[in-house]
Amino acid sequence: MSEVIVITSGKGGVGKTTTTANVGTGLAQLDKKVVLIDTDIGLRNLDVVMGLENRIVYNLVDVVEGNCRMKQALIKDKRYPNLSLLPSAQTRDKSAVSPGQMVKLIDSLREDFDYILLDCPAGIEQGFKNAIAGADRALVVTTPEVSAIRDADRIIGLLGANEVRQTDLIVNRLRMDMVKRGDMMNINDVTDILAINLIGAIPDDEQIVISTNQGEPLVGTDCLAGKAFANICHRILGENVPLLDLEIKSNLWGKFKDIFKKN
Amino acid sequence: MSLLDLFKKKSSGTIAKDRLKLLLVSDRANCSPDVMEMIKNDIIQVISKYMEIDAEGLDIQITQMDLEGNEGNVPALYANIPIKDMKHPSVS
Repeated sequence: MSEVIVITSGKGGVGKTTTTANVGTGLAQLDKKVVLIDTDIGLRNLDVVMGLENRIVYNLVDVVEGNCRMKQALIKDKRYPNLSLLPSAQTRDKSAVSPGQMVKLIDSLREDFDYILLDCPAGIEQGFKNAIAGADRALVVTTPEVSAIRDADRIIGLLGANEVRQTDLIVNRLRMDMVKRGDMMNINDVTDILAINLIGAIPDDEQIVISTNQGEPLVGTDCLAGKAFANICHRILGENVPLLDLEIKSNLWGKFKDIFKKN
Repeated sequence: MSLLDLFKKKSSGTIAKDRLKLLLVSDRANCSPDVMEMIKNDIIQVISKYMEIDAEGLDIQITQMDLEGNEGNVPALYANIPIKDMKHPSVS
């Protein structure tokens, strides 16, 4: 049985696409058959983050309009044989697809995949409505900032009203040094305010920028963010994994610098 | 944390949390402070028929309430109404 998960946030730039790429890749590493769908028509990005931008021939709108078969539009990731991407159209806009068409498209994929991940555009308009129409559950991504949390709260309300049966929270871009100083809300503050289940917390990690530059998701690598994303994948499968201690210093030099910072 | 920090005002993280909590109450309620004020005045009127209440100390909020059995949460109208004196109903 397949599960359709929408990754959404309301606010832009909080890490939806990065999360989709890493969670999708992580689930594929766990031997699940995964398809990633970029639903951001007009502003496609999941393809570059995945490093698959040069292999696009057809896109989501082509499939919906019947210009090609689904198989022709799906890009198989050569690094993971059970991971595919359905890219979005770059030269169209959100109104090119309706929620009903999205549901039909998703249903046609259910048979072939264990997990269907939808990268949702920012905002709460047509693009958002398209993305959540066929979703069974949602991952709401936020950062510990007032604007992102406010938008996340609105999104959580809308997801509930649209009968998405399970909504979990990912707190992204945590800076433990700032949290320690009291200059950033901590994980508990955010979950208190939003009152939904936390499925993972991702530290602000330079490696994310580097991996995006290279077009290679970092899930499963040895850095903190890579481990945090891998943990989220295990939790999606229903495993009980304790929250990562985000304060682990990655190297000795970090510890060394820290001793001096405190004084 | 240095000694100086102790005398500083609230940390910016706490300020953010407090601001958000207030903000989300009105966001979630989807009704303006005016409407909340009207609800509040109506509550005061109705309850005052039966007992003497502290209208100044009355506080109403839209909050979230957990449903039983971890089925998510629903909005709830929370009212804190301090009673000054229980009037005897028969005196009216």
